[in-house]
Amino acid sequence: MEKVNVKNLHKYFGNLEVLKGIDLVIEEGEVVCLIGPSGSGKSTFLRCLNQLEETTHGEVIIDGRALTDKNNNINKLRENIGMVFQQFNLFPHLTAAENIMLAPVELKKMSKEEAAKRAKELLDMVGLGEKYDEYPTNLSGGQQQRVAIARALAMNPDIMLFDEPTSALDPEMVGEVLGVMKQLAKDGMTMVVVTHEMGFAREVADRVIFMDEGVIVEQGKPENVFGNPQSERTQNFLNMVL
Amino acid sequence: MSFFDLFLQSLPSFLKGMGVTLQMTFFALLIAIVLGMLICFLRISSLKFLNIIATVYVDIIRGTPLLAQAFFLYFGLTAALGFQISNKNAGIIVLALNAGAYLSEIFRSGINAVNHGQMEAARSLGLPYGKAMSKVILPQAIRIVIPSIMNQFIITLKDTTIISVIGAPELIKAANVVSARTFRSFEVYAMIAILYFIVIFTLTKISTYIERRLAIGKGKR
Repeated sequence: MEKVNVKNLHKYFGNLEVLKGIDLVIEEGEVVCLIGPSGSGKSTFLRCLNQLEETTHGEVIIDGRALTDKNNNINKLRENIGMVFQQFNLFPHLTAAENIMLAPVELKKMSKEEAAKRAKELLDMVGLGEKYDEYPTNLSGGQQQRVAIARALAMNPDIMLFDEPTSALDPEMVGEVLGVMKQLAKDGMTMVVVTHEMGFAREVADRVIFMDEGVIVEQGKPENVFGNPQSERTQNFLNMVL
Repeated sequence: MSFFDLFLQSLPSFLKGMGVTLQMTFFALLIAIVLGMLICFLRISSLKFLNIIATVYVDIIRGTPLLAQAFFLYFGLTAALGFQISNKNAGIIVLALNAGAYLSEIFRSGINAVNHGQMEAARSLGLPYGKAMSKVILPQAIRIVIPSIMNQFIITLKDTTIISVIGAPELIKAANVVSARTFRSFEVYAMIAILYFIVIFTLTKISTYIERRLAIGKGKR
């Protein structure tokens, strides 16, 4: 079933066109990894999917509802789209549990007790149950990112966006975050992941998309994109990173 | 009359003056906090004409001396518009308008100092702008600007001395009266200097305490 449908998406920053007409359909349960050189527009594209970045023109349709349509309540639509950031962006004045509880309680999806219970479950799921009352400053980068994933899951989204989730981590902490993401993928979550972790993309992705200069250059099954890239630009990029 | 006698004799009127000073400071700051927040939100709003209103207000207050503002309101406006206002209330209003402008800039700097990613994370969860602001940005911004806010409180307390020129019966005014009656200006002004110092020093200590209590992510909030 079609989950995400992006039609002719363009994005300008001033006069600079960073996305030059992207068309993409993502199926429910699909794990899509976006790779490409920095400045290729992959993070901007990801941020257009929940409209943190307003699109200049084109459509982003998730579950049949256009996020780009101003008549739709963007806040309501975002509840179904979890996002994980490179810099974690945990709320430093709240504990791990409070970070997770904030949205469900504020948006009146749950009572405080329910949300607390849910926070505990989610923290257990990412292996941080014992960090329930810790503030983010007392957590390592990998732990913070796992709490951030738990927070993004608190509203029970059915699609998750990851913006280079391991790029700000020390190497020894990358594995624990990727581990949680793999589990999510296995549980059938629809995921769009901007990543430099080629190993993760190869192992977990259903589809790898190579972007460069604001367009999708090449896409396909990971074994095809990594094993037998068709475009010269893809070949050059993979030669540099692999 | 010995210094001690002078002290005992003038203390009641000094305390009364200090009472008025603190009262004016308190009400002025109360209004200034609300006003400052309002101006701050006008300033960061996405509506151009609201920005302009806020900017003009802050520029006017910042660009003119408090003394001139006090004269303008108490003598100028009352004459032009034909209404009466007590010098104490006029003082409170002038101090509030003044501190409000500065506080709005302090609040704005605090909001700007919160990492942009915080707003994005909050919005990505589906929180509307207002909720993201009140639950995520402001609690952090306030902690960042507490030292500056406390500083402004102290400045406003000291600015009450300027309000003596329109005759509000605050501490300087009380000192002037005692000094004129006893001709002991050195002792009189030394005494009120010490009084001011004690109050302000106490405020500074309270500020440091609050700052430490509210430090982000450490122990109890």
